[in-house]
Amino acid sequence: MGKTLALAGNFAAAYASKQINPQVVAAYPITPQTTMMEKFSEYVANGEVDTELVCVESEHSAMSACVGAAAAGGRVITSTAANGLALMFEVVYIASSLRLPITMCVMNRALSGPINIHGDHSDAMGVRDSGWIQIFNENPQEVYDTMFQACKIGEHKDVRLPVMVNLDGFITSHKIERVDTLDDKQVTDYIGPFETMYSLIDTDNPVTYGPLDLFDYYFEHKRQQVEAMKHALPVAKSVMRDYSKQFDRDYDIMEDYYLDDADYAIVTMSSTAGTTKFVVDKLRAEGKKVGLLKLRLFRPFPAEEVREKLAGLKQIAVLDRSDSFGAFGGPLFTEVRNALYELDERPGVVDYVFGLGGRDINAEQITSVYERLMSATERLAGDVNYLGVRGE
Amino acid sequence: MTLKGWNEVPMAGLVLDAGNAAEYHTGDWRTERPVWDEEKCKHCMQCWITCPDTAIQVKDKKMIGIDFDYCKGCGICADECPFDAIDMIEEDLEAE
Repeated sequence: MGKTLALAGNFAAAYASKQINPQVVAAYPITPQTTMMEKFSEYVANGEVDTELVCVESEHSAMSACVGAAAAGGRVITSTAANGLALMFEVVYIASSLRLPITMCVMNRALSGPINIHGDHSDAMGVRDSGWIQIFNENPQEVYDTMFQACKIGEHKDVRLPVMVNLDGFITSHKIERVDTLDDKQVTDYIGPFETMYSLIDTDNPVTYGPLDLFDYYFEHKRQQVEAMKHALPVAKSVMRDYSKQFDRDYDIMEDYYLDDADYAIVTMSSTAGTTKFVVDKLRAEGKKVGLLKLRLFRPFPAEEVREKLAGLKQIAVLDRSDSFGAFGGPLFTEVRNALYELDERPGVVDYVFGLGGRDINAEQITSVYERLMSATERLAGDVNYLGVRGE
Repeated sequence: MTLKGWNEVPMAGLVLDAGNAAEYHTGDWRTERPVWDEEKCKHCMQCWITCPDTAIQVKDKKMIGIDFDYCKGCGICADECPFDAIDMIEEDLEAE
């Protein structure tokens, strides 16, 4: 095993990137992502990595450079947040449709406007249909370990898709915690050399990337992406489980906390899961049958697994750290509730949109959600609520 | 032409063969077809010079016909011909 370090989420991501030693990193600074790339630039300047660091003029260029480097056949890392991801939008789709396994950290931050630099999931949710694998992480340790898992999942020959490693802006990106690291050789052995498929610079085997693809074949290529996403689910499961076995960790595509005998549960992602565990502990000590389902893998969405985990519960609240204006509830709510439709006896499911623009969520608020679930006398009927906003 | 299914083609729309333009018959695009009147033709080669797709077939300095694999039916030859030896007619799309 490697050293135990005190690392903020961004430094955990940077440290993992150093150990991955990618061929190319192209990035543009944006709060709260900046410190990851500052740290990584230090590694480059100190000669601790072999990486070609491309300091581009915008996020659109950052992802474009990553696409080029990945098509050339290199292992590629980038990171961004919020408006940076929004500016990348066009090329985010191109990266996944060209089937390029790029790893991108997103320090989830509220999209403008009004302008706000703090954490919510609106940026990542804005690209949830882009064909990227999306993993949400609770703390710096998860961020660190997930960086390596992301390589394994995205680069798998049946997947070949880019992977977004999400962490809550500031809450996780700037929170210093204990991180048990692997030593460099363990990382190198685990991820192995990057296996290039169809290198753009292999002149002996020339290949054209991105030709015009109209009504005769575009649909077929989209169907291929669907298939790649289908493969990504079992691959993600086996990668996370193998990683856990190999390095004495406990990762899966989701984490259930006191869910087995629970009647009432919260479903959420990222750092809020940590706060929710604290509340579950407290309520369990009072004998309340409450639990938590923390999703790590959001894309592909593990609908069957979510259904299995939540079957038999009485009432469920989904905590969504972004809204989908005009939709029936936030993005996580619509997925979770949709997944439960096949059950003969469906639990009540309600949505709580919370924490927009980094608005703090605390144990009292989460307790109040559990109390509502526990005090309901009939099946709750899919209402959408706003937790922690002022005004009636 | 039989089009292939999603699981039969390279991923992501990648083209794995170099120099494959020769296999792509752009004549498929044609909605109008040039009809050459050999009687009127003086073999002045104006059509050969102006055709953007080098679809005018020539042998021994004489025009001998049109290569319909690549003629897109743009009508430049008909327009340029000084002897009205080329007419454009509507392509019979049903017959394709």
